[in-house]
Amino acid sequence: MTLPFAIIAGLTAGSAIAAVSLRNLVHCALCLVVTFAGLAALFLQLNAEFVGFAQILVYIGAVAILIVFAILLTRDTETQPPAPITTATPWAISIAIAAFVVIAGAMLQSKAVPVASMTAIVEVQGQKMELPLYKDVNPKPTVKAIGNKLMTDYVLPLEVVGLLLTAAMIGAVIIAVQEKKGAK
Amino acid sequence: MTELHYYLLLSTLLFTTGLAGALTRRNAILVLIGIELMLNAANLNFIAFWRYSPNPEALHGAMFVIFSIAVAAAEAAVGFALIIAIYRHYKTTNLDQVDSMRG
Repeated sequence: MTLPFAIIAGLTAGSAIAAVSLRNLVHCALCLVVTFAGLAALFLQLNAEFVGFAQILVYIGAVAILIVFAILLTRDTETQPPAPITTATPWAISIAIAAFVVIAGAMLQSKAVPVASMTAIVEVQGQKMELPLYKDVNPKPTVKAIGNKLMTDYVLPLEVVGLLLTAAMIGAVIIAVQEKKGAK
Repeated sequence: MTELHYYLLLSTLLFTTGLAGALTRRNAILVLIGIELMLNAANLNFIAFWRYSPNPEALHGAMFVIFSIAVAAAEAAVGFALIIAIYRHYKTTNLDQVDSMRG
């Protein structure tokens, strides 16, 4: 574990926990921005530059602003009383902790095969050969490579996502449009 | 523990944090924040597995995350539009008080 990863991971996890546990909604939204930024930094560390910058643009630039707008638009004028701790709260927290223990336990139990030792048996001209699967490369996906992929292998998903975004935009406007007075 | 394990542990922690938030908080906006956290944990998993996969040049993991981010943006837009519509109707975003469908 490298030091930059430890710092970013600690920041991300801490701000995520703060984002779901703070009382003030605006503080929650700001902590969520820190979480998104930490995730973008992790993506950059993992050599996924385009995804990291897309994360910054979409999540910090759009989703976080949307959350702040929603919080300010739905804010009550009177101060809200602190939410009472219901019987559901300990249950929900224990369910989450149990989920963490199960997932992390299963993950730590699994043997990590060093990727460099993976081999594949291929048949070349009737002869079986064992070839290494892994070229020890640091993947450097360029934006050009991603664009080529989007326009060749992934062109249908790209069109579907475009349609989905258009439909979502129209739907969001229709849902949020002001109700006419008297019309119910 | 390999590098990959650390990323997977972090994403597990993020996922369960989002799950706890979505289950415990009664404010609709915070429930959506929890769901966004869970989505982001899944994205981190995809990128980590892609990075340590035998053939990262295929770009499958990165492409999946790009589409996942686009879908999450659409989901957030519709989700917050719904919250604002509900708020206009009920004058609250507390999910316990939004308990009738007739209005």
